[in-house]
Order: sequence, then C-alpha cells, then structure tokens
Amino acid sequence: MNIVSREDQQLTAENRPQAGPFATPVVDIESTPEGYVLQAEMPGVNKEGIEVTVENGDLILTGRRLPLEVSGELVHRESRPNDFRRVYELDPSIDTGRISARIENGVLTVNLPKAERVKPRRIELE
Amino acid sequence: MNVQRYQRYPHSELSRAFDRLATLREEMDGLFDNSFRSFFRTPGSFSTWSPAIDVHQDKDQFTVVAEVPGLKKEDLNLSLHDGVLTISGERKREEKPEQGFRSERFVGRFQRSITLPASVDPNKVKASYKDGLLKVVLPKSEEAKPKQIEVSVS
Repeated sequence: MNIVSREDQQLTAENRPQAGPFATPVVDIESTPEGYVLQAEMPGVNKEGIEVTVENGDLILTGRRLPLEVSGELVHRESRPNDFRRVYELDPSIDTGRISARIENGVLTVNLPKAERVKPRRIELE
Repeated sequence: MNVQRYQRYPHSELSRAFDRLATLREEMDGLFDNSFRSFFRTPGSFSTWSPAIDVHQDKDQFTVVAEVPGLKKEDLNLSLHDGVLTISGERKREEKPEQGFRSERFVGRFQRSITLPASVDPNKVKASYKDGLLKVVLPKSEEAKPKQIEVSVS
C-alpha cells in the first residue's frame, strides 16, 4: 500500500483549526494501473465544505458539515457532529499536480494518478 | 421512542489497535495480499450496516435524518406503519478487483425502524435526499399536538 493512513498526531490543541476533534471518514482505496482512487464517506458535506490539500508529501482530506436545517430539539442522536478529516502519506510515484477530486451524495472521490515514470536507463561503464 | 442500533463500527477500538500496529509494510500487504488484516477490514464479512439516525422534535413535527452517503434516491425505501417509520435501502456492490482494493465502507442492505412517540399524519410525510443525508419530516397528527387549554377562573 503506497498511500498510508497516518494517525494525525501533529494536530495538537495549538494548531488545530477551529472546532475539533475530527471524525475519521471511512475510506475505500482502489489501486489501478493509472494510480489510486480513494472514496471517503462524508455525509452532510457538499462541494463548498471540501478541502483537499497536499502538504509535505501528505494528502489531507477535510470535509466540513453544513448546518442541518431542522427545527426543534434533538431527541435522539447517533451521528457525530464533527467535521471530517483524514491524512494520508503519499507515495512519491503519485503526480501531485494531477490529483483531482469531486463530491457526490456525500462521498468524496479523489483520483491520485501515478507520474509517468522515467524509464530505467542502462549506464555504460567507461 | 424506541430506536436501536446494532453495528460493528469499521473504526472500533480493536481496529484502531490494528491501525496503531500497522507499519508501511503491513499497509502494503493489506492492499496486495489477502492477509488477515485486509479480511478483518472487509465490512461485509463480519459486520452489518446500520446508518446513523438523528431525530428532532418540535410541537408540530418530527424530523428524522439518516446518514446514507453514496446511495441513489431509487435505492432508498421508506414506510410508515402503526407509528413505526422504517428506512431501508441498499448500497450496490460494484465489481471490484480482489487484489488492490481495501474497503472500509459498508455495502449491501440495511434497515432501521423508529417507533415514533406520537402519532403522525401519514399523508403529510415528506422526504428528501441531499449530500448523503436522507431527511424525513413527519408532521404530528392534530390529536398529538400539545393543546393550550383555556381555563376560565371565575
């Protein structure tokens, strides 16, 4: 597995942006000849709430929930109110310039294409 | 109100422990081999899908919200019978390669039932699906609404 889920230990109270802690979204990862396709479940998040960033070789997925339009008091809760966040260590073979993402029905899909590899080259001895 | 939820979370304490033990090498094995780890993580094998449900109430209505990301409208079913709201549906399993696939997401059928604590008007129930959330608004029937009783003091 070339993209590794990482426990987000760097997120301390000092550098955590706004509300936390984050919920960890469940993720499917598929390896294809072209790269990887990652699908993360983020119910209640739309396009405006999604942030996909690459920083120091880490892929950071953040999803902020929209405020729910409901009236009355909460009488039963199973959902977690937290925003979503998950960090992956990217394999160097991934072309970070061509990463693309979309969200549909609360599922974030991230395409992580592999870079066109430099072909192995034979070095002639002098 | 009677709402029960049985679920083995993909992120249970046990699987968290596995996460902590995981090294880069194990992650690689998890993707490319049928190791115990990847078997353990295959949701369909040990676990059932039980989407999270929230219920709000005000004097006029109940609002039930279920987290069902990645479903299509036509894969969701709602029924109301004797004051019990039942939400069911299915996430279809796409053809996935045996190798090179690691899954935490649930696939397959689910069903949740909620016994509403007051009677609702079945003809006025409205449902919508957006951003992976199913929202069902159930207006209370007239007799279930709280009433102000005028008491004249003579």
